[in-house]
Amino acid sequence: MNVLAFLIPVALLLGLAGLGAFFWSMKNGQFDDLDGAANRILIDEEEDEDEERKE
Amino acid sequence: MTALAQELRGQGEETVLAVPGMHCAGCISSIERGLKGVPGIHSARANLSARQVTIAHDASLKARDLVVELDRIGFEAQPRRGPLKQSQSAVRPLLAPLAVAAFAAMNVMLLSVSVWSGAEGSTRLMFHWISALIAVPAIIYAGMPFFKSAWGAVRRGRTNMDVPISLGVIIATALSFYEVVVGGADAWFDGALMLLTFLLAGRVLDAMMRDRARTGVDALLSQAGQGAMVVADDGTLEWKKAEELLPGMVMRVAAGERLAADGTIIAGSTRFDQALLTGESAPVPGARDDAVLAGTLNLDAPVDVQVSATGQDTTLAEIARLMEAAAQDRSKYVRIADRAARLYAPAVHSLAAITFAGWMIAGAGWYQSLVIAISVLIITCPCALGLAVPVAQVVASGALMRAGIMVKDGSALERLAKVDRALLDKTGTLTRGQPVPDPSLLDNLPSDAASVALSLASHSRHPISRALADALTARGCRAAELADVQERPGEGVFARWQGGEVALRRPESSNGIAVMLEIAGRPAWLIPFADRLRPDASEALARLAGMGVDASIVSGDQHASVEIVARETGLPAQAEASPQDKQDLIVELQKAGHHVLMVGDGLNDGPALAMANSSIAPGSASDVGLQASDLVFIQQSLLALPRVVHTARATMRVVKQNFALAIGYNMFAVPLAIAGLVTPMIAALAMSMSSLVVVANSLRLARAARK
Repeated sequence: MNVLAFLIPVALLLGLAGLGAFFWSMKNGQFDDLDGAANRILIDEEEDEDEERKE
Repeated sequence: MTALAQELRGQGEETVLAVPGMHCAGCISSIERGLKGVPGIHSARANLSARQVTIAHDASLKARDLVVELDRIGFEAQPRRGPLKQSQSAVRPLLAPLAVAAFAAMNVMLLSVSVWSGAEGSTRLMFHWISALIAVPAIIYAGMPFFKSAWGAVRRGRTNMDVPISLGVIIATALSFYEVVVGGADAWFDGALMLLTFLLAGRVLDAMMRDRARTGVDALLSQAGQGAMVVADDGTLEWKKAEELLPGMVMRVAAGERLAADGTIIAGSTRFDQALLTGESAPVPGARDDAVLAGTLNLDAPVDVQVSATGQDTTLAEIARLMEAAAQDRSKYVRIADRAARLYAPAVHSLAAITFAGWMIAGAGWYQSLVIAISVLIITCPCALGLAVPVAQVVASGALMRAGIMVKDGSALERLAKVDRALLDKTGTLTRGQPVPDPSLLDNLPSDAASVALSLASHSRHPISRALADALTARGCRAAELADVQERPGEGVFARWQGGEVALRRPESSNGIAVMLEIAGRPAWLIPFADRLRPDASEALARLAGMGVDASIVSGDQHASVEIVARETGLPAQAEASPQDKQDLIVELQKAGHHVLMVGDGLNDGPALAMANSSIAPGSASDVGLQASDLVFIQQSLLALPRVVHTARATMRVVKQNFALAIGYNMFAVPLAIAGLVTPMIAALAMSMSSLVVVANSLRLARAARK
């Protein structure tokens, strides 16, 4: 029983932290451009740096 | 982040441009890198979902300069109407309730499982109290979208799917809370929360699909013709928005630009393309003192136009009035889920009442009778029924989206499934709507002449030149090297090639659209342009006929040109139809018991698109056409038509199967509930099982749009 009194609040807090993180990210525009985020990973950043060095 | 934004705003301005052609990682990087190199631009951020680019730049750069820069990079762009105006999303208000419901459902389910597996006495009481503390606020918050919608329906004396949902959830919560307070054995919080989670997930998916379609259509909406360059008395030029134009002002309309208001030409002469307004494909000449209409495209040369009519007096406003009346008619359509709810809700509620009365008569006492009646309500709560329609439509719309067809309206597929008659506009719908050069003549053109023509055409932004350049490029033609190139507005492009004069010019006289290619020392070529049928038009019409949908043409164009297309497609045709005529024809067919599908693109089709039972427009349609139609198809092929009809019918078949599955589940579960044998655990299991079955059945639609 003592273990429960400790574990249940911990579980709830962790869940609430996840929920809070979700709300925070939604407010900060993390979900504004889902397609863009999926595609940006394909952009080669090194190429960009190379070009800048040449310039 | 905000500090940075403020700093940028202090230095200059932020402009949002719509870039419909952006679709991949390569596009993002070339736009962002290309713009970064332009002096005066601080930063550029592309949003692929919304097909927009947000640019922070010096105040000296105007939106039009940015459009030119993007054109140089190779993307067509248009300034958005309101800078930084966030588009209204349907998903956003549902995401937070879904997150809360899912979080609460998981935690409560954890506690419920321990109760079911045998927690007793004070442990059970504590678990129940914790569940209540989590569940009651979560249900109040996450259930709001349903409660509001249900209350709205009840207040007007109607019922919809949200009424039985709300009743079930509220009663289950209230009974569970009472049980917790008196220390009873059963609490139903997990079932109520799971129900909300499933239903919200279905709605979020549904809203996501519509958001996608809407942003897709938004990106297509052109901003052209929504303003004009106004010449002041002292000769200075200023860009004014359409709503700021006043009668008496003089606007200078460049070639390739659309008119923003009705007016009279006071200087210059040109030809206008009125296809969007009247459906007529041949260009109409306009000279000094001729009246011109808003929405028409200036083809040849810049003209000065004195604005004569604004507001309610324009042809545009008349069409808008017709459309508004028609759209009100359509909003009376009742969706299938709500029709089902009309039968379902009274049946379920009277069943619960009979159960209560039956147990009372059997002498079970108030409390026990009430608990059993409520468990009947909870078990019949339409979890699967609430998912039956949205999930099927989401899967079908997703499949259509991948095939290049956007579903703008949730009830569009339902209405489309019943269609048995189709009306097609000619210009821009059956045909491509843009003149293309005669392919047989291009075949006979010597390759050096073709490369001269391509080179000349590429120096002009005139729509005809662009069409020629596109056609020649598509044939693998290379541009020749020219010297002294100059474009004379209203005449053509002139240059020197291998020492001789060459020109691509407007012919002295011709019927229809054509250009003259002149190369010194050789006979001149007259290249005629014509509006061609879309590819696969005849196959698409044959398939439609095979599905029992009779088609016919209704066009605003003259008899002669409609006749040609009618003969090519073998369809009956009505020519020279005004917007009012088209609308009347639809009403007539509807009175005869037909369900009419209207396919059209122009301004003149707007009222008909809004009046028909269902409507679809090509992606090249006018703003009015895009907004008035239920569906928009973006590929060139007309095969989109049989495809959507097929998919809509398949969707309705699956929806009906889903209803049958959900009702079958009830037939099994309700007798148990009436007998008083249902525990919260059985309710939770039955609910998730029936939802899974419905979702799995709907997923079969994923491939429906391939055929």
